Amino acid sequence: MGTALSVLHVRVWRGTESGEYQEFQVPRLESQTVLDVVTHIQRKLDPTLSYRFACRVGMCGSCAMTVNGKARWTCRTHVASVSDEERLEIGPLRNLPVIKDLVTDMAPFFDKWAAAKGQFRGSATRNDDFARVSPESRQRRLVDESIECIGCGVCYSSCDVVTWKPDYLGPAALTRAWTLVNDVRDVDQRERLTAVAGDAGCHACHTQMTCTERCPKKLSPTAGIAGLKRAVLSAALKGEI
Amino acid sequence: MNLRTQVLLWGAQRASAAVLAFCVLVHLVTIIYAVRNGLTAAEILARTSGSVAWTLFYTVFVVAIAVHAPIGLRNVLAETFQWRGRGLDLAMLILALTLALWGWRAVYAITAA
Ligand code: FES
Repeated sequence: MGTALSVLHVRVWRGTESGEYQEFQVPRLESQTVLDVVTHIQRKLDPTLSYRFACRVGMCGSCAMTVNGKARWTCRTHVASVSDEERLEIGPLRNLPVIKDLVTDMAPFFDKWAAAKGQFRGSATRNDDFARVSPESRQRRLVDESIECIGCGVCYSSCDVVTWKPDYLGPAALTRAWTLVNDVRDVDQRERLTAVAGDAGCHACHTQMTCTERCPKKLSPTAGIAGLKRAVLSAALKGEI
Repeated sequence: MNLRTQVLLWGAQRASAAVLAFCVLVHLVTIIYAVRNGLTAAEILARTSGSVAWTLFYTVFVVAIAVHAPIGLRNVLAETFQWRGRGLDLAMLILALTLALWGWRAVYAITAA
């Protein structure tokens, strides 16, 4: 560990749905990430603090928390980029049940991926040749724009529509559905469009774009949702759903 | 409300928004023109009564409002007060009809020959 530059005043959520912020003082180090701060607290100051992480390099999507009011992936968020005046407030993600401290129950989040028909189903068997999808094709390019989602829940936690309408599928599940709508090998297209249609589906989105602004992978769920809205409307007009 | 209707309502709101964008613009320009030129109520009525063009224009305007506003309000009420289901849909239908009726009454008042 390097030498401390100064002291960070960190307020961390303790408890479940009810609880309070607890203040800790953490040495401020160079190139320190928010996850480093939480780890320091858990290892040196209070081992009962619960939080999640795994890869520490922005791949697994498990470390998202609310940092100074905004959802972020903490392993790739430098303290310098979020903290003015050496103060941090770290809480669990919004819009999800809190299990303990910084750990949320991600079950509703992933249940919605399943509800949005986020599973691929093809028709080819192991005896068939590989499907050939040109990387240049329009649909494959649309897939490219959304496929890098790591399922961190930052978009879901940032979405006001999820807060107002708890049954809304949310930006991540809809983005997943959009990649499959553009997967030419998938055979469940009609079922998927039905799954994402209507008041609790893509049409609930108000295009506020907080998801797009906060997505750590710089994806645009808003664009995907807009694509779904059009695809579902045209299916509805043709009487397919 | 079934899924297909929900989707079609969304489509109707989008389409009516496009119509409204145009109608509101024409309406505003008309108001500014009338005010700037100091037209009296009688002079305005002289231009509108019996006019097929104004009748058509304001009828389209009223229809767009009657379609657009209740669909939007349905979302607002569902999100703000968690009001859902048949009661809400019925209330919005009544609102749509009321807006259409009142609007049309106003159109009739200025365009009747
Ligand atoms: S710990 Fe894996 S993304 Fe942050």
